[in-house]
Amino acid sequence: MKRTMSVAALTLTATLALAACGGGSSNPLSKNSSTGKAPAGTAAAGAIRVGAANFPESQLIAAIYAAALNAKGVKATTGDPIGAREVYLKALQQGSIDLVPEYAYSLLTYYQPSATQTAPAAVRAAVIKKLPATEMLLNAAAAEDSNTVTVTKQTADKWDLKTIADLAKHSSQVTFAAPPEFQGREQGLKGLKEKYNLVPKSFRALQGTAIAQALKNNQAQAANIFSTDPSIKTDGFVVLQDPKHVFGTDNVVPLITKAKATKQVQTILDAVQAKLTTDNLAEMDKEVQVDHKDIATVAKQFISDNGLG
Amino acid sequence: MIAQVWRWLVDGAHWQGGTGIAQRLLEHLEYSGMSVLIAAIIALPIGAFIGHAGRAKWIIAVANAFRAIPSLGLLFVVAMWFVSRLQGDAAYLVPTIIVLVILAMPPLLAGAYSGVSEVDPAARDAAYGMGMTHRQVLTRVELPCALPLIFSGLRSAALQVIATATIAASISVGGLGRYLIDGLANSDYTEMAGGAVLVAALALVVDGVLAALQRLVVPGGLRTARSARRRRRASAVTQASPTG
Repeated sequence: MKRTMSVAALTLTATLALAACGGGSSNPLSKNSSTGKAPAGTAAAGAIRVGAANFPESQLIAAIYAAALNAKGVKATTGDPIGAREVYLKALQQGSIDLVPEYAYSLLTYYQPSATQTAPAAVRAAVIKKLPATEMLLNAAAAEDSNTVTVTKQTADKWDLKTIADLAKHSSQVTFAAPPEFQGREQGLKGLKEKYNLVPKSFRALQGTAIAQALKNNQAQAANIFSTDPSIKTDGFVVLQDPKHVFGTDNVVPLITKAKATKQVQTILDAVQAKLTTDNLAEMDKEVQVDHKDIATVAKQFISDNGLG
Repeated sequence: MIAQVWRWLVDGAHWQGGTGIAQRLLEHLEYSGMSVLIAAIIALPIGAFIGHAGRAKWIIAVANAFRAIPSLGLLFVVAMWFVSRLQGDAAYLVPTIIVLVILAMPPLLAGAYSGVSEVDPAARDAAYGMGMTHRQVLTRVELPCALPLIFSGLRSAALQVIATATIAASISVGGLGRYLIDGLANSDYTEMAGGAVLVAALALVVDGVLAALQRLVVPGGLRTARSARRRRRASAVTQASPTG
């Protein structure tokens, strides 16, 4: 009896401890999600400090911005990757960085989680309304790193797939691989059902590279992969078109403090943006993530290849 | 929050269908049960043999070292290897079972080994003295005497496997872990907490069932030292109060 009581007490304690973690709907994990801190302000006065999020593509684009600015005689520095959006946006606002590569739609959903805009122009307009007065968006690049519905070349050939609507005709044969949050999102199964009537036979919740692995090995016939993921190139995947815009367009766009956005800086960055495409961004992602090339080297190569230096 | 979790748990709609709690509980029991069963089939004979023969004790030490392997990391590695070698759900289910079997083996091995090796030498000698063969000593004397420790190994293995089977959800397998992984992904903390409570409850229920089974199976004379002490205490009390 005594034992039963102590077990019951333990269960209750555990429940309470859990409950204490989850008051309200805010994410209790997000405030610890970054360990990095803003790069120290050691740069020479006037230099533009380019920050980056804690994933390779963001660091790569930051390095490209810095290399382009330096090549034209504007002093720019990069630091260690900062962290998640919550953290680097704060760093930007507090002035410990001046410029950061952003993704238009993700930035919008950060400010306004229920955003319904998906077309690029609408997204841009909505973001600009939400930005702090001290910050501004420069021109968006053609390059976008969006959510996609992706299939293998064999599947695309076999079923003659061009768009997500084509895939919907084969719903009953499709196992869909995606991160677990994809199930409940408007930019996910919900939207695919509403706009294309795509209801996969089964859903395989996976993370990171396991998603591309599952697609490659036919454990899934379609998958949610970012449009610049190196696996699209290395494994010859086919990204299905999304004419009804289930997925917001995450164009790469520089977010900069107005104080540093001189005419010269804007011209230089606009020139970089004009050259960034989803294709060459994916290629550079591959060089960094698959071939393990140095980020700064890849960035400098891009600058010289595109006549930006 | 507690009220929310409670409402989540008692909502009938959450219990039904292919992704309902009832189905997830069954899946969880299925993976856990299969893993413990396979681990027992492998580990119990080996442990009993090592205990009986007193040889190859290094196997126990090696198995114990396996306890240090982080199951989640091992799961990803094994799954990576199997993903291109198996088709369909098996590609994810097999790695899960392998990882859980590896997790369940050390306590089972240790239980069987120490149970057999710690049998009272007098009992063992008496058995040999009666003319029993090695096999008879093992099966008729040592194994029954080892039952309490074998059961404790089994219960510890079952608890660990039930708690750890939740990681299977990270490679798309079902079970109660789905509530933890999907809840986290969708920032649904009620679902996460509900899932955690279900896992804890399942572990306690299974442990209770195994305890009851142990009482049925273990001969009365071999109950653990604690219950023996309790009996002695009880008899001491009755003797000390003859008037009661």
